[in-house]
Amino acid sequence: MTNENLYKYLIRMADNSLIFGHRISEWTGKCPTLEEDIALSNFALDFVGQSRSLYTYAAAIEGKGRDEDQLAYVKLLHDYKNILLLEQPNGDFGYTIMRAFIYSTFMHKFWLKMLNSKDETLAAIAAKSEKEAAYHVRHSAEWVIRLGDGTQESHNRMQTAADEIWRFTAEMFETDEIEMALIADGVAIDPKEIQDEWLSYIQEIFEMATLTLNQDVFMQTGGRSGQHSEYLGYILCELQWVQLTYPNSKW
Amino acid sequence: MKQIITPIWEVFLRSKNGLDHKHAGSLHASDAEQALQNARDVYTRRNEGISIWVVESKHITASQPDDEGSFFEPGEKIYRHPTFYHVPEGVKNL
Amino acid sequence: MYTQALNKKSPKAAAKDELGPEGIKFQKKIDADLKIEPYDFMPAAYRKTLQRQISQHAHSEIVGALPEGNWVTRAPTLKRKAALLAKIQDESGHALYLYSAAETLGMSREEHTDQLLYGTAKYSSIFNYPALTWGDMGTIGWLVDGAAIMNQIPLCRCSYGPYARAMVRVCKEESFHQRQGYDIVNILCNGSKAQFEMAQESLNRFWWPALMMFGPSDGEDLSGDKSNIWKIKRFSNDVLRQRFVNATVPQAHFLGLEIPDAVLKFNEETGNWDFGEMNWSEFFDVIKGNGKCNKERMSVRVQAYEDGAWVREATNVWAKKQADLETPQAAE
Repeated sequence: MTNENLYKYLIRMADNSLIFGHRISEWTGKCPTLEEDIALSNFALDFVGQSRSLYTYAAAIEGKGRDEDQLAYVKLLHDYKNILLLEQPNGDFGYTIMRAFIYSTFMHKFWLKMLNSKDETLAAIAAKSEKEAAYHVRHSAEWVIRLGDGTQESHNRMQTAADEIWRFTAEMFETDEIEMALIADGVAIDPKEIQDEWLSYIQEIFEMATLTLNQDVFMQTGGRSGQHSEYLGYILCELQWVQLTYPNSKW
Repeated sequence: MKQIITPIWEVFLRSKNGLDHKHAGSLHASDAEQALQNARDVYTRRNEGISIWVVESKHITASQPDDEGSFFEPGEKIYRHPTFYHVPEGVKNL
Repeated sequence: MYTQALNKKSPKAAAKDELGPEGIKFQKKIDADLKIEPYDFMPAAYRKTLQRQISQHAHSEIVGALPEGNWVTRAPTLKRKAALLAKIQDESGHALYLYSAAETLGMSREEHTDQLLYGTAKYSSIFNYPALTWGDMGTIGWLVDGAAIMNQIPLCRCSYGPYARAMVRVCKEESFHQRQGYDIVNILCNGSKAQFEMAQESLNRFWWPALMMFGPSDGEDLSGDKSNIWKIKRFSNDVLRQRFVNATVPQAHFLGLEIPDAVLKFNEETGNWDFGEMNWSEFFDVIKGNGKCNKERMSVRVQAYEDGAWVREATNVWAKKQADLETPQAAE
């Protein structure tokens, strides 16, 4: 492989999009309103679409003739490198929206930076994804405001969601030697550079939503190195089932 | 169960630059921003629009079928149409 | 996706002289192929027929999202996953267009939802059959959406304006649904032996329920049928069913699939495929709530709706708070 670091970097991003898209797609047909069903399907479609672009590019870098589906479906649990945040169960609608808000706010800033990547393909993927992410932020932020400042029940649910989710947020900002090398080459971006603006935007929205940001929690990480929570296994049972039952088939 | 009635909104789309907004349909939303977002997701999934208007349905005042006679029938004055007038042969650019 | 003809023939239409002057004007409009709009006069029975049909149609789209929704997380490739998601999303959209049309007849979406979840409203029987294999995602798109399209195209010319316009939009979006279904089946039939068997087994389960989607036999002649006189229903259940069989049998044969009907035979004289008897007692059992999935489908919908109640309440409360902030109370 000519660029193993880039391959690994792409797989991390692709797995994030895949697993988050999977979780959101679990809402299909079950949202609080018909309108929201259509909206969340768009979220899921955007993330599945992003994962396809990233896997396809990773497959090209790898150069072994594998395709997006082989990279997405045919691998062991520890070979998935998504962050823990995204594999957590959906919880109630409040949890789902809070997670979408916190993650999309990060991703929007992430893709904006990525527009300047020296890697042209990554920059092109960023150009499309940035617009999608901007909408994800707008949609989820408006929900956070409404539900945070709605009824007492909705406020409590949103506060609980924020408190439960926060322990998974540090992993978004981790970097290792793979990323450091790519950052030095101007290919990857350093997530720490967007941490402050990410946090201040979340605080701004929380204030409008009358929510409190409780940051003093023990941070959980490990997904990026394949050390997952128990939930991922169940996702894979569904995701991989048909592929593994009928190996080497076309669909 | 207890029903909460969410307001209905009418959605108007400009399909492309230079055209009027046209009624596309309706949807439910609790407020204008959500109506706008819902309209985007419901009515522009296939690039049907580049601009959206939403207005809460209750703010639309409509003429009634009974108004039809008094409203629209006297409107037909044939001298309002260019074909009412004779243009002499040989005259151009008119 | 689909409205089901649950009724046989409607009661005979009233003779012209029973209609009254407004009723005669109404019928003249329909006879002249003009549309009836929400504020126009319409006989109570016309309104009721439409309310029932449009809301049943909308309910079917809502419940129809469930068997396919179950397969989104199990779709075998990312391309298939995206296509399936987009299809189900369209179906939610169709429900929305249809509820909007139904609302113009004077009943809120909330009331319609109530009727589905806690009342006796019906939806298409086909969605009470389980979707067991990936093959079913192909078969449902191919047969169920195929049957739906047969039924929906004439509805684009229905006399009630909002319904007709909703159906135009639905039909425009529907065209990819059937194709993506057939495409799935095509790939299976050209794949491994196990995949071919998956396609055949799925067809075996869905063939007869798909034919029954057109509803009980009502002969070929609709004259005297009120829905027909009102230009809501343009073709009989049997005519549409025959059209569907004629279109679908060659599509199955092209893939090497066998239609599970021992008496199926091409009739040179009529140019139709003659087919066997449907199991109507099964059909009415499913309609009555005794299909394999009736209980599950409704309990999933009820659960989703009740789980979402706090969200709908909160967002409306928030909107009211904002509105109150924007219009300060006049000082006394």
